[in-house]
Amino acid sequence: MSDKTPQELLQIELEPREGDWLDPSLDFEARKGSWSYPGAGKNLKYLGFNNPREWSPTDQDWQLPDNWQQIIHDGFKELLSKYRSLRVFMDSCVRCGACADKCHFFIGSGDPKNMPVLRAELLRSVYRNDFTTAGKILGKLAGARKLTPEILKEWYYYFFQCTECRRCSVFCPYGIDTAEVTMMARELLNLVGLNINWVVEPVANCHRTGNHLGIQPHTFKDNIEFLVEELEENTGIKVNPTFNRKGAEVLFIIPSADYFAEPGIYTFMGYLLLFEHIGLDYTLSAYASEGGNFGLFTSHDTIKRLNYKIYAEAKRLGSKWILGGECGHMWRVIHQYMDTMNGPADFLEVPVSPVTGTRFDNAASSKMVHICEFTADLIHNNKLKLAPNRNDKWRATFHDSCNPARAMGLIEEPRYVLRNVCNNFFEMPENTIKEQTFCCGGGAGLGNDENMEMRMRGGLPRANAVKHVHEKHGVNLLTCVCAIDRATLPPLMEYWVPEVLVSGVHELVGNALVMDGENERTTDLRGEPFAPATAETEAENDE
Amino acid sequence: MRAFTALVAVAVLFGVVYLGVALAGQQFLFGIVVPYVAIVVFLAGMVYRVLLWASAPVPFRIPTVSGQQKSLPWIKYSRLESPSNGLEAVGRMALEVLLFRSLFRNTRVELTPSQRVVHQSDKILWAGALVFHWCFLLILLRHLRFFLEPTPALVHWLERVDGFFQLTAPTFLLSNALIAAALLYLLSRRLLNAQVRYISLPADYFALFLLLGVVGSGIFMRYITKTDLMAVKQLSVGLVTFSPVVPVGVGMPFYIHLFLVSALFAYFPFSKLVHMGGVFLSPTRNLANNNRARRHVNPWNPEVEVHTYQQWEDEFKDKLKASGIALDGE
Repeated sequence: MSDKTPQELLQIELEPREGDWLDPSLDFEARKGSWSYPGAGKNLKYLGFNNPREWSPTDQDWQLPDNWQQIIHDGFKELLSKYRSLRVFMDSCVRCGACADKCHFFIGSGDPKNMPVLRAELLRSVYRNDFTTAGKILGKLAGARKLTPEILKEWYYYFFQCTECRRCSVFCPYGIDTAEVTMMARELLNLVGLNINWVVEPVANCHRTGNHLGIQPHTFKDNIEFLVEELEENTGIKVNPTFNRKGAEVLFIIPSADYFAEPGIYTFMGYLLLFEHIGLDYTLSAYASEGGNFGLFTSHDTIKRLNYKIYAEAKRLGSKWILGGECGHMWRVIHQYMDTMNGPADFLEVPVSPVTGTRFDNAASSKMVHICEFTADLIHNNKLKLAPNRNDKWRATFHDSCNPARAMGLIEEPRYVLRNVCNNFFEMPENTIKEQTFCCGGGAGLGNDENMEMRMRGGLPRANAVKHVHEKHGVNLLTCVCAIDRATLPPLMEYWVPEVLVSGVHELVGNALVMDGENERTTDLRGEPFAPATAETEAENDE
Repeated sequence: MRAFTALVAVAVLFGVVYLGVALAGQQFLFGIVVPYVAIVVFLAGMVYRVLLWASAPVPFRIPTVSGQQKSLPWIKYSRLESPSNGLEAVGRMALEVLLFRSLFRNTRVELTPSQRVVHQSDKILWAGALVFHWCFLLILLRHLRFFLEPTPALVHWLERVDGFFQLTAPTFLLSNALIAAALLYLLSRRLLNAQVRYISLPADYFALFLLLGVVGSGIFMRYITKTDLMAVKQLSVGLVTFSPVVPVGVGMPFYIHLFLVSALFAYFPFSKLVHMGGVFLSPTRNLANNNRARRHVNPWNPEVEVHTYQQWEDEFKDKLKASGIALDGE
């Protein structure tokens, strides 16, 4: 947890003092708590990344290659020739400032370089110097800067202080997307060996074992079998997930945190119970045991390298289509990159729900359906037996995860599911949900412990909106459809709104499902009583 | 300081044209050569800029979705915030370009004394920007009367609407007042709002001062010095028919106006003003959100090193066997 108290953290000045952002100055020592440890040499080496070594941002010398300026200049030039987005975003900004106070990191820190416009200007100033006539002639007067070690250090600090949530892009009159700018900047940083370990270690793990956490196949199976036992204890239902099974109709892909850590594991139990309920013919894969893709936080090539396994495994197993679990950045990759990078998936069929017969034409090419779409369709067709009162102890709100909201537009599906599986659902204020949702503060690889102060700062706008509905409606559960959220929101809530817990949507689905042959259910998937603890029940328990 | 630098730059432009015309008698240079050069630089520069943008491919379809996706038939989707096809994307672009949809969403964040993060609707920037751009277009169209003979009916009609308030002679045009007010608002915002002041570069002030100079000199000519319009038309028609003449009777305010407009045009392609074209090419706005329904092709889709199933199975074979997970051959 952050060393500072919430009161101390809230001393935020949103009006920048005088000073010139063109003059770089950063004291990493003084800013501990707001940056992430660098990528370990062994991980870079394993992945074949440039310049593997051991170093620290607090070092004076970052051990860059001798010709690092040339490497970055050439890399920049290449990116400009490959991505229209980058060219247009470098040229079009008018610095209107509409984005300035839309960034959760700016709101929570007041650091002016967290205004999205300035984050992009860190790159743009070098672009002007290297690639525009005005910049070459007028220099600093035109806002152009020659790339120096100090500026590179700023890049490392601020481009690993952006969670690629894309909220600013919603407000920008030209759609300038800071996530895209950050992705390009991180590509450049990677060229000279600058990256963070919370990103490259999961990438290396995922490349080797199939998932970010580095869980090997036997442990993968053990973990899941343990969860199956837990589930049986709580419900009396024995589910039988299969592993790497050829010929299964559906390949089910999930973020690895869902079978590894609380509270994701309860969401996972919800998935399995749902599939048992409808008799879905599905398999899990220990090879494609990760839906998430930290390549997204590294480089486009890395996205493709990790994402490759999903289609490859569906093809090998002879599945008809792919179903994907609750995960945010995973769905940015699935929705906006997978088919382009590793498609066409012409060996799969257009997904059809075997229960309702609904054809998912929205996934006609990629052949991959989001579980909230799948479940919403089941509920709409009355295929689920639900007892929403089993979730009565929860007064739930829904946190739109950045990527499902702003990359997909997955907005009503999870809400429809939630309204059907629980009786008490409340929305947070409109400027903090749906396409305007706020990041958890720990996405894009920043959800590590050493960055905790910045996470608490970045999560402030989200936490504040939760606090609002907690006080107004007694909300005590923050639901979400993202594995990173399920890892980062609990400490955020503990810090700002300790009365509120975090869950996935399908945890509540699992609670509400009335299963054939279930025991008399008194506990939820967490093994806790369904009913809120009243004086009466407590007295009963005492007896 | 940055604002001052920009102000000096615009003042220098004033000085150049004033000295050039009043002392050096360079009417030909400033009335004919400079406008031609400016328009050539503008056209060539914009073509170059757009070609540069267009020459870079769009490897991925990355719309910033701002509404409900098209998924299940019974869920109403947002055609203009999450377009599902090209036509709807055109609709989204039209809203963006004509009405500044995204800016309309603008909010202002405040941290209240009770430690709340409050997001308040803040549409002044939207209004100011919209008024400025539409007035600019209107004024540009009105100026067609200087270049076309006979003056098109549309231009007459625009003038009648614009001059609805018949307050002065010559008729007071609403767009003149509105554009000046909008520019002064945009300038004051840059100077007074701490966040915007912090991010502003000299170039941002330069564009505003230049536009204020253009608008100011135009208003000055129309209402105060009452420049000889027939002489102006003689010059402008001469320019567009490539038979330029320097007429007698156009005074200094006109040369200042013309020179600042020329500077604006010549500056345009090399400045942030290219956002006029950029907005059309922004991949987060001009693409449909139908990635899973229709495959988007990356023309340079690279070969990458992957970890194949076979490599994975070879590495973990013993563990797979021990845990009873089927190998590929089984």
